[in-house]
Amino acid sequence: MADPTAIKMQGITRRRVLGDVLKTACGVGLFGLGLGLYSSRASSLPAYAIRPPGAIPEDAFNGACIRCGLCVRDCPYDILYLGRVGEDIPTGTPYFIARQGACEMCEDIPCVVACPTNALDHVLTDINAARMGLAVLVDQESCIAFQGLRCEVCYQVCPIKDQAITLDRQHNERSGKHALFIPVVHSEHCTGCGKCEQACILEEAAIKILPHHLAKGELGRHYRLGWEQQAQSGGPLVSPDPEHQYHLPPGMEYDHAGEGLIRESGAATPFSDNPLDVLNQQGPP
Amino acid sequence: MKITRREFIKSQAAVVAAATAGVTLPVSITAVAAEGDEGVRWDKAPCRFCGTGCSVLVGVKDDKVVASQGDPDAPVNRGLNCIKGYFLPKIMYGKDRLIQPLLRKKNGRFAKDGDFEPVSWDEAFDVMAAKWKEAIAKDLKDNAGKPVDQLTSRVAMFGSGQWAVWEGYAASKLMKGGLRSNNLDPNARHCMASAVVAFIRAFGIDEPMGCYDDLEHADAFVLWGANMAEMHPILWSRLTDTRLTKPGCEVHVLSTFENRCFELADNPIVFTPHTDLVILNYIANHIIRNKAYNQAFIDRHVNFTKTPTDIGYGLRPEHPLERKAANAGKGKLTKIGFEEYAESVAPYTLDKAHEMSGVPKERLERLAKLYADPNKKIASYWTMGFNQHTRGVWVNGLLYNVHLLMGKLSEPGNSPFSLTGQPSACGTAREVGTFVHRLPADLVVKKPEHRAFSERVWQLPAGTINGKVGYHAVLMQRMLKDGKLNCYWQLCNNNMQAGPNINEEMYPGWRNPDNFITVSDPYPTVSAQAADLVLPTAMWVEKEGAYGNAERRTQFWREQVAAPGEAKSDLWQIMEFAKRFKAEEVWPQELVDKKPEYRGKTLYDILFANGTVDKFPYAGKILDDRGNAYQNHESAHFGYYVQKGLFEEYRRFNSAPDIPKKGHEMAPFDTYHKVRGQRWPVIDGKETLWRFRGGYDPHVAGDQTTVDFYGNPDGRANIIFAPYEPPAESPDQEYDLWLCTGRVLEHWHSGSMTRRVPELYRAVPDAVLFMHKKDARKRKLRDGQLAKITTPRGELTARVETRGRNRPPEGLVFIPWFDASRLVNKLILDATDPLSKQTDYKKNICKVVKV
Repeated sequence: MADPTAIKMQGITRRRVLGDVLKTACGVGLFGLGLGLYSSRASSLPAYAIRPPGAIPEDAFNGACIRCGLCVRDCPYDILYLGRVGEDIPTGTPYFIARQGACEMCEDIPCVVACPTNALDHVLTDINAARMGLAVLVDQESCIAFQGLRCEVCYQVCPIKDQAITLDRQHNERSGKHALFIPVVHSEHCTGCGKCEQACILEEAAIKILPHHLAKGELGRHYRLGWEQQAQSGGPLVSPDPEHQYHLPPGMEYDHAGEGLIRESGAATPFSDNPLDVLNQQGPP
Repeated sequence: MKITRREFIKSQAAVVAAATAGVTLPVSITAVAAEGDEGVRWDKAPCRFCGTGCSVLVGVKDDKVVASQGDPDAPVNRGLNCIKGYFLPKIMYGKDRLIQPLLRKKNGRFAKDGDFEPVSWDEAFDVMAAKWKEAIAKDLKDNAGKPVDQLTSRVAMFGSGQWAVWEGYAASKLMKGGLRSNNLDPNARHCMASAVVAFIRAFGIDEPMGCYDDLEHADAFVLWGANMAEMHPILWSRLTDTRLTKPGCEVHVLSTFENRCFELADNPIVFTPHTDLVILNYIANHIIRNKAYNQAFIDRHVNFTKTPTDIGYGLRPEHPLERKAANAGKGKLTKIGFEEYAESVAPYTLDKAHEMSGVPKERLERLAKLYADPNKKIASYWTMGFNQHTRGVWVNGLLYNVHLLMGKLSEPGNSPFSLTGQPSACGTAREVGTFVHRLPADLVVKKPEHRAFSERVWQLPAGTINGKVGYHAVLMQRMLKDGKLNCYWQLCNNNMQAGPNINEEMYPGWRNPDNFITVSDPYPTVSAQAADLVLPTAMWVEKEGAYGNAERRTQFWREQVAAPGEAKSDLWQIMEFAKRFKAEEVWPQELVDKKPEYRGKTLYDILFANGTVDKFPYAGKILDDRGNAYQNHESAHFGYYVQKGLFEEYRRFNSAPDIPKKGHEMAPFDTYHKVRGQRWPVIDGKETLWRFRGGYDPHVAGDQTTVDFYGNPDGRANIIFAPYEPPAESPDQEYDLWLCTGRVLEHWHSGSMTRRVPELYRAVPDAVLFMHKKDARKRKLRDGQLAKITTPRGELTARVETRGRNRPPEGLVFIPWFDASRLVNKLILDATDPLSKQTDYKKNICKVVKV
């Protein structure tokens, strides 16, 4: 199991890493073969390493990134590292580890602005549109929210509040009188900034940022979610039913598509004001 | 407890995986994995934090808390915890625990301007007692010849709603019975004083009539300035569950900004600060105009009254606002008729309420109709939004008015319920008399017969207890600054961070060379930094304790582990300090003459070794019913079962046949060690769920149709008309924003415990400034940028957050106060409710600029 904390970053300042890597990059320039070796090995990044916002797809990124380190220099929160020789990350390319330091999602995205080659795509001007990865609640067994504890730290720290992570409220069958507040990640809003993974209060985070290709499933191409398609098209695809009629005792209504059996609004009791309504009712009560 | 094979394999796998990855698992898990639960002793304790009163099981091994779990058998939380409760074991093991007394010294002697140096307990108490005796000698001179209800005092103690019950009781006894000073107030003054005064004014007896079961019985919930989602997390999950599972259940949320409760709101209401006064009078008016009120209930159980108006803002008397006030501080009720009451609320129409509150009419009307619906059971909840309010007592009362008009209270589901912030604001701060005006069990120092009863129980000479109300929390600070109060001992709270107007009204008094300030705390807090003597304190399960939660539930715990170093419990400190005073040093000659046998005795001898407190022997250990043994350091030190003796003597106030005020009866000491708490009044071993109603409350004869508000002599509750009056300050051209302060789920109050838990610190490291995006843009501020917040009192900087958990409307900003690196309360005016003396932390004015 790859563990981000196992990566030996302790005691190395960002500046030194940068220096090291620049030296390495020069060296590698002389030995082009070496660079090719590393690049091909790491066409898929280790899951813990997350590219900065705006990074183009991994294969293209490794070609486009000139290992200049400017994104690292301009990150105001010092979260970015450059891959070093011997790591599974292409040498000299930028990444961050969510558990150690998440992307702060600067509105002016200085790392992208700094990129001279569009490896970090300058088309990205709205940080909320960034897709660095996807938060996945990978371990429901250890996430204490699933047990009904009131944690919700991942939800609280999420910068795309109430969109990227929402809380699904459910009845707690075990306690019988409390609710569960289950964090649910929504891929259409999650930027993969990693705040949730960084803040998770467990010894090992139960929510982790994964690359999209590892995180996402895909619905069978043949299948549509009926309610979603209906909302999109603004109405039923097949004509709605004519009004249904029911045998009902007085004072009751039946809502075909909604609540089902309901007491007539306004009636204080289920009985009609006229006793004959009951007395003349057909059949056994 | 046996561990199943499957669990064992799982935990073993975790250890292997963790070892491979180089991760250290928490001690609890490794311990379990190594040898099952063998050697871990489990026992129950209430959570250290909020007023909910969740129970936890504490796992101890080798005198260290190594594990914890929510107590599955506790009715409040059924095994659940919030994120603070989850980390309870870690709060005791911060690396910077105080383990010995520290005194400011220069050249080997105490010096106000010296640096802190470790000293022995003896030296600490020697220096402290000398200072206290000097002040008390001046008092004896000043008070010579004065009647007992005019005595002043230069010494004060500032206690806590987080004290164990007997710590508060011992403090009350030492200060009021021993030192004859009513300058004893708790931090609960900042928390629920307004609720207390309102209880007494309406019902003549403190604390809620309902209980947490109302969370399942109500059809609708209304939150009035309570962010339950974060401040009472487990109660919120119960409320949410009812909303999810009960057909037709609705939730109405009122606040001056959108908080996390709004996620569940069917009727979300953001109102202009202070206009809750208007909305409540509008609801009463709606009920009356539509003749929806419960005539039979009103006829039999309610008095109509009004309260004096134009009562000022609890500031110093020379403040222009106080000079202007016609009836500063007045609250005596005048009886009126229903007609006059109806006329008084008549101006509060829907139009007026809408205009003043800024709330859409349909939302106000929906709320009013809910209260007016006789078939809807309503639980109303409030916390600091109501209580930290310069008209807090009024606004509490206005809500009771609405419930009383409809007769919707004291029965399952119908419940106006004051949520308390602290674990024992009820059990300790209120019930054992740690307020400046109170004695145990709802007795008050002003009433000679209450003083006489207390003196009898405490075996003191008649006329010992001072009849003059002491300096309340805010007044203590002013008196320290003015040099009229010279010795101040703060325990179990962090007032230098929690109190208002720190720079102008607090810090100067603490550093005033005439004064000697003692702070008892487990950690070096902001208060400790500003003190002269710091005493290291045993916390939570490092002592035997008892808390009383918001639903009148008294819960006990045993000492689980020893305190580190020389840290001692507040109880030990109070009792040991009492040994430093001889009767004749603190009492005038004529008082000692009334009980000559006390001459030469110490206050410890008189108050604690008095034949009742020291009645129960201590056999060297405390045993539970499973045969586990526990230490009890206080009992070992003093030589008798201290906690039991104090509690049983306290029961003389609330459960003996001759008590002046019934209704607070409690079970014998030993019962509470066996149960997950009981809700008082406990009579014949039975607890009380709903008070004032026949069938439920043993003090009310008759069936469920009988209601008796027996706290008042005529058995009736008071509807109290109070109008809208403006807050102490409102935004103007220069200070154009409202500033509201508050808390967050992850941190407890000033953060002195929770910020030492790395996970909680990582989750919420700093206080941020919550503001509306448009307000931020106007000031060229973006998320994460530093803003400077300035009020007429001071300034601080914080990062801007426009997309966080709190969403203020335009014109209001919110900042939490847990962050010791940002003393938010230096921004706050020390304006209080003139009746409850509780500060309004919710309505200050400020300006915000980009740094």
